[in-house]
Amino acid sequence: MADTVQFDLVSPERLLASVAANEVQIPGAEGDLTAMANHAPLITTLRPGVLKVSGPDGAREYVVTGGFAEISGDSVSVLAERAVPREDMTAEQFKAMVSEATDKLAHAQETFVNEPGPVDDAAKLLADMVAIGDHIGLSAN
Amino acid sequence: MPNLKDLKNRIASVKSTRKITKAMQMVAAAKLRRAQEAAEQARPYTERFNAVMGKLAASVGDAENAPVLLRGTGEDKVHLLVVMTAERGLCGGFNANIAKLAKAHATDLLAEGKTVKIVTVGKKGRDAMKREYGQYFVDHVDQSAMKRVAYADAQGVAASVLKSFDAGEFDVAKIFFSRFENVVSQIPTMQQIIPADVSDAAEAADTGTFYDYEPDEQAILADLLPRGVATAIFSAMLENGASEQGARMSAMDNATRNAGEMIDKLTIEYNRSRQAVITNELIEIISGAEAL
Repeated sequence: MADTVQFDLVSPERLLASVAANEVQIPGAEGDLTAMANHAPLITTLRPGVLKVSGPDGAREYVVTGGFAEISGDSVSVLAERAVPREDMTAEQFKAMVSEATDKLAHAQETFVNEPGPVDDAAKLLADMVAIGDHIGLSAN
Repeated sequence: MPNLKDLKNRIASVKSTRKITKAMQMVAAAKLRRAQEAAEQARPYTERFNAVMGKLAASVGDAENAPVLLRGTGEDKVHLLVVMTAERGLCGGFNANIAKLAKAHATDLLAEGKTVKIVTVGKKGRDAMKREYGQYFVDHVDQSAMKRVAYADAQGVAASVLKSFDAGEFDVAKIFFSRFENVVSQIPTMQQIIPADVSDAAEAADTGTFYDYEPDEQAILADLLPRGVATAIFSAMLENGASEQGARMSAMDNATRNAGEMIDKLTIEYNRSRQAVITNELIEIISGAEAL
């Protein structure tokens, strides 16, 4: 039984990583999950968060927002709309992301006055963004 | 007979034209390499994205409650044509070919009694279509400030397309761009983006694996379809970028060669006229001497 999975992380602009991994921690839309070899086939959307890959070559972390992950028994493919290696994440980039999320929330509050759904979604997006900041030690202000 | 000075000036001017076209060709070659790389790096995302979309679409099928971006509005009246061209000319038939395809399609649609709306991306396509189809323009995206294609640019275009779709301004959206085959052939292509055309992907994705979905298929699909529009536009932009540079490179290569041929011809003509002038002068001197 193989104990590694083929892990691929792709953003629209390029392929960020394609390595063998023992386990991949994915920030799924309905909760974090860890995929290891022989995981049941699953497709999940992502929330903004930190993706952790640990493999024979050590562990790496990526900040991902928006997209989805496709998990099958021997491979994990993450397609993220934006993916940045954690060490390359700068305070400015993070600030831009947070302010984008804040704008979205403000926009949602304006457009959907009597519908809580989209407003809650936008608020969660912002909360997720801020949570990333706490996690990687960057502040939104 | 053209006089010697004029010929000399013409040779000089063609020579400097050749220098310019040669330089443009080399710049295009360098840019082409970069554009091709960008297009290749984006390919894995597009491929996988479409594969997953295919799987999802196959499992949701034509259900009544399928997202409207997949199912369509159920009407086929108003068509939005997104015509994607370059900001700059001097690239052979690149812009003209895309505009031609879009025009032909618009004419067909109008003949069928449908309403056409046109969004142009890139200045040249706008110029090419303005005379005949100017009254159908609804929007224009300016790319002149854009150095290289970024996903954010595609997202911007997609967002405005989706916004007018949500507002019920059209039923079907198609993009026109040039697919990059190789340096000498770029194929003007039409692709339907709304409702999403997943028939090919669905067949390819039919591998028989059963996936769990989290959240359910409907929710994922609703999340992915708008992204699919952006992805399609992004890959069209990249293909277009590579095609433009490829077309410019071969057009400038041709121009350089033609300038070379012209210089050769003019040089021969110049030498002949010079010879004739000398012969003439000699005859005059000799006949003058004989007359004495």
